[in-house]
Amino acid sequence: MTATPKYNFAYLDEQTKRMIRRALLKAVAIPGYQVPFASREMPMPYGWGTGGVQVTASVIGKDDVLKVIDQGADDTTNAVSIRKFFEKTAGVETTTETGKASIIQTRHRIPETELTEGQILVYQVPIPEPLRFLEPREVETRRMHALEDYGLMHVKLYEDISRHGHIATTYAYPVKVDDRYVMDPSPTPKFDNPKMNNSPALQLFGAGREKRIYALPPYTKVISLDFEDHPFEATKFSHPCELCGARDSYLDEVITDDKGGRMFVCSDTDYCEKRLAAGHLGNSGATEAAE
Amino acid sequence: MYVAVKGGEAAIDAAHELLAKERRGDQGVPELTIDQLREQLAIGVARVMAEGSLYDPDLAALAIKQARGDLIEAIFLLRAYRTTLPRFGYSVAVETGDMEIRRRISATFKDLPGGQKLGPTFDYTHRLLDPSLAESADSGERDEGAVGDVNKALAPTAARPAPSAPSEPSPHVTKLLGDQGLIEQNPETGRTPDVGDLTRESLDFPADRDMRLQALARGDEGFLLALGYSTQRGYGRTHPFVGEIRMGEVDLFFEPEELGFEVPLGSVTLTECEMVNQFTGSNEAPPQFTRGYGLVFGHSERKAMSMALVDRSLRAGELGEERKAPAQDEEFVLSHADNVQATGFVEHLKLPHYVDFQAELGLVRQMREEWHEARAADAAKMSQTDQSEAAE
Repeated sequence: MTATPKYNFAYLDEQTKRMIRRALLKAVAIPGYQVPFASREMPMPYGWGTGGVQVTASVIGKDDVLKVIDQGADDTTNAVSIRKFFEKTAGVETTTETGKASIIQTRHRIPETELTEGQILVYQVPIPEPLRFLEPREVETRRMHALEDYGLMHVKLYEDISRHGHIATTYAYPVKVDDRYVMDPSPTPKFDNPKMNNSPALQLFGAGREKRIYALPPYTKVISLDFEDHPFEATKFSHPCELCGARDSYLDEVITDDKGGRMFVCSDTDYCEKRLAAGHLGNSGATEAAE
Repeated sequence: MYVAVKGGEAAIDAAHELLAKERRGDQGVPELTIDQLREQLAIGVARVMAEGSLYDPDLAALAIKQARGDLIEAIFLLRAYRTTLPRFGYSVAVETGDMEIRRRISATFKDLPGGQKLGPTFDYTHRLLDPSLAESADSGERDEGAVGDVNKALAPTAARPAPSAPSEPSPHVTKLLGDQGLIEQNPETGRTPDVGDLTRESLDFPADRDMRLQALARGDEGFLLALGYSTQRGYGRTHPFVGEIRMGEVDLFFEPEELGFEVPLGSVTLTECEMVNQFTGSNEAPPQFTRGYGLVFGHSERKAMSMALVDRSLRAGELGEERKAPAQDEEFVLSHADNVQATGFVEHLKLPHYVDFQAELGLVRQMREEWHEARAADAAKMSQTDQSEAAE
């Protein structure tokens, strides 16, 4: 019989974990600065969360409780896949409850439930460079960060305003960290930007394909870029969640038929379920209950 | 020796004999059958059919066997065979909306009419080598403790046979968006659209979208992948969303002129990708989403997605966007996408260039001589001046 390969706790070997932890420490010491690291090949494809998985694998211990969300939901395929990966390779306890988790790996959302001290939020990042779409060359963008030369970004935002009357960026909305570095919040909707500011949790960002790590230590100032006469505004929804009636959560649109029927539901499935369990009902929930 | 002055023909014959022997490999190992290749290397077979522009799984499998697994060589073999086939007409345009769906996903809507269907996919498998596959699965029990079982546990949909119930109507996501005017309308073409034929006409620039799509459909997967990737990294960004990827069987019809009605020809497996891309609008048009389209023979999502990304990038001019990235440059993309052309020209450098090189060699020698002569003359002049200066 062919020998079964044996993998280390949480898949990565200890040297790799140490290398990543060193990058993480540097990232925490310089909030918002992108630290290059020697990203490894992972058993899932680049672009599917390899950066987040490597960060999680480097910080996770046997006593940790892991939650994995993708687009806010615990039950989306990639979240299930990554959760199972750590169940298999680290044997840690997993949960879907935001409050119970010590590490939360996320793709594109920050949970609605407020995070607390001691929790770690690990973001999967596709393009860590906030200036990338203004300047594709790395040599240039690193120079711009070093000189704190963010004129190009302000011009872009200004052009948005002059063309559309407002800033036409709804996700991956750039933020300034600790009055120094402009940072890409990963493509979270701008709805989530305010949650990054002064968060009691440690926020770690891993970009596997682009080989960069950056971080926000707890209670870091994170300000969404704007202008005095055009202040930043988080996305607001004109209707509540149809399942749980929440008015303060980010909503997904679900198409219900091909006649234009649609409904809006919480993207954060844990938040929605918690509210339902507590007796909150939205429109469709109320109808079902009445039947 | 690679080449002698004479005897090249005998050397070539001997090389081909050696190739045939090497292709077979160790005689003690059973020979591959076409059935095995077609059934077990189906993704490779699909690529050879797509880029070979010929839908015939058996011939594609044969080409792979003959090419020793070199897919570009196999594509070449299939193309070379295809060009010998008589053309008796064009099929009616296929209706991918009526596809017998085996896989269908949308990254833009969590749920939609017809639902999402994971089907057979590598997505969400963990890329851990499965030692149990190294043994013949038919001959013994699978090793339950092996790492590969993660994949089994993670692919519940793929493990189960597809339900036999007729699939519910699954209109394209772009149709749902189009009904609300949120995405640009495709031009109406009807069942027998008037499109060009890349295999019968030469490609002129600027090319129309029909010819561009044909060139991309048979273009090299790796090349299109790299170009599509470059657009994601800022070289001509297009803000893409996978509106939908669907894979399954589509019926093919032919309408012979003398009959005047459609005759079914059979069905083909297709992968279709519709990208939904952002567009900010202009003075004439309100903001709406734009389209990038990919359609490929067989199961090939990477190719269909790359094609859709590049298709959208090549529409830059038509949509009033500045063309500055490689993926937006029609001539650059279409002139270099064909791997049979590319491999031919790159590998032709192995051909003897004795004559041309001899001419270059003569020229370089002559120029070197002239250079030395000129320097010697300069030096002589300099020393003369030095002497006359010293004399003053």
